Amino acid sequence: MSELLGLYALWLREVKVYSRERSRIASSVFTPILWLFVFGKGLGATISIGGLAYDIFLYPGIIAMSTLFTSLFFGVYIVWDKRVDFLKEVLVSPLSRTTVFLGKVLGGMTDTIIQVTILLLLAPFLGISIGPRTIVLIYGTVFFLSLGIVSIGLIIGSVMESPEGFGLVVSFVAYPLFFLSGALFPIWNLPPWLRAFVMLDPVTYGVDALRTVILGGGAIPLEVSFAVLTAFSAAMVYIGTKAFERMKAY
Amino acid sequence: MRGLTKVFEGGIHALRGIDFHIKDGEIFGLLGPNGAGKTTTINILATLLKQTSGEAVVNGFDCLEEPHKVRQSIGIVFQDPSSDDMLTGRENLHLHGLMYGLRKAEREKRIEEVLRLVELTDRADDRVRRYSGGMRRRLELARGLLHKPKVLFLDEPTLGLDPQSREHVWRYIGGLVDEGGLSILLTTHYMEEAEKLCHRVAIIDRGKIIVLDTPKGLTESVGGDVVALKTGNPDVTALAEKEYVLSIEQKEGLLTLTVRDAKQNLPEILRLAGRVESVEMHSPTLNDVFLHYTGREIREGPEEGGYGTRMMMSVKRR
Ligand SMILES: Nc1ncnc2c1ncn2[C@@H]1O[C@H](COP(=O)(O)OP(=O)(O)OP(=O)(O)O)[C@@H](O)[C@H]1O
Ligand SMILES: [Mg+2]
Repeated sequence: MSELLGLYALWLREVKVYSRERSRIASSVFTPILWLFVFGKGLGATISIGGLAYDIFLYPGIIAMSTLFTSLFFGVYIVWDKRVDFLKEVLVSPLSRTTVFLGKVLGGMTDTIIQVTILLLLAPFLGISIGPRTIVLIYGTVFFLSLGIVSIGLIIGSVMESPEGFGLVVSFVAYPLFFLSGALFPIWNLPPWLRAFVMLDPVTYGVDALRTVILGGGAIPLEVSFAVLTAFSAAMVYIGTKAFERMKAY
Repeated sequence: MRGLTKVFEGGIHALRGIDFHIKDGEIFGLLGPNGAGKTTTINILATLLKQTSGEAVVNGFDCLEEPHKVRQSIGIVFQDPSSDDMLTGRENLHLHGLMYGLRKAEREKRIEEVLRLVELTDRADDRVRRYSGGMRRRLELARGLLHKPKVLFLDEPTLGLDPQSREHVWRYIGGLVDEGGLSILLTTHYMEEAEKLCHRVAIIDRGKIIVLDTPKGLTESVGGDVVALKTGNPDVTALAEKEYVLSIEQKEGLLTLTVRDAKQNLPEILRLAGRVESVEMHSPTLNDVFLHYTGREIREGPEEGGYGTRMMMSVKRR
């Protein structure tokens, strides 16, 4: 029970700080909008994929992309907590390290979900209509993808000492995950070596699930995608709690 | 704690065998210069660091074996600010209350109490970012007290405070233990703070406790009063022969003596001291104690000047 109150406290802090940093929200939706309306519309003028204009085809990929980047870069806040010493306050409290980790994870997932919600509100402007069942499935996909990716960000953050260092390391992780995920291209006709890499990328399953539920016709059965995402996020949460147990306050 | 040592990676011996025991209801001071190992000691007791060897027990719980129970027993004010400055003072306290599992009614009551205690009630809903350094310090003190810890660690609680705020904090801290059920370990490098607040003081230097006693016992151990003279041509040999002069030190026209029964012997000292420009006499402060035991001064700010029974007088020779 106390752990739950503590979990709530840690989550509440993240939400309050997030809602006070308006620029963080604005900048986090700015990039996806550029992708959708400039890159997507630009290519969409001449290119269509599987009978869909490119910007429409791109839409699920961009939701996955926002999820990936927001979730992964959220890990920087654990580095900041070390920097401003708030982490010490948390680590001397009676809360278990698992709670400390999960509180941070929930914070990152909340950021991500708010951002995805803003992107969902843009669907009508692209002429995409989304029903209630689709919405549930979208949030389900984003939930598991974000759970796993936020954990990766926090694992990296738990061993980094400076935000700059964190940024460098995370870029190394983020771009391969993004480009290999099939967010920008269909994955059904790839050369085998590339396909192998693509199938190793957990984000691929998020992209494909979103594409299946929003547009129909993904390359991977939905159940498979969900199974992979669940296993992936469970593994990352497990590693994350271990990483937080080993994390030093200094 | 017993025989505590800490060697950091990279081979810095921060603690070389620290032993002390804090009694219930006591304010215990760790006094020492920068890098002495004060913060390291607190961090071990607060379970943020693990000692290299030795045993640390807080409120009956071993810091290595039952860190969870130790953490439930303690409150801490860190040397560096550790509140979230994007949140208001009240929100910081609210989060703290939740993290320590306080229920709503109790939590709200305690938040108001501690805010009143540190006189931040009217600024409670401002973001901490807009607080002054001293207000932030007081907020963190309030936070350390919110969950009614058994042991409170204060790492340089008045660092960077102006003299008024410092007096303020001293008054709270003094009052806290009077209410009972709380022991305090505080570190400082301000002599005055240790003298005014602490029941017992351990002087720590380079990871070792040099001496541990009550402030009074420590000052008495120096053995007499300190007389400092600014003078031209003192008769040092004659002074040194006097049986009431315990020690004598001459540095750049400044003559410092430790003297038994200084009040009675002052006239004779003045006679032997040559052309005296000024004389200053005070009962020994902890600074003198530190000097006495280590041969070095504690580096400290200029505001540490006039405390205690120190008297200043200008003496003109007739
Ligand atoms: N994380 C660390 N890694 C390596 N050495 C450290 C670390 N923290 C402290 N030290 C070293 O341990 C020694 C004691 O440091 P500590 O912070 O305990 O001193 P202190 O008494 O609190 O000093 P101050 O008055 O400056 O706060 C110093 O020599 C310091 O350099
Ligand atoms: Mg210190």
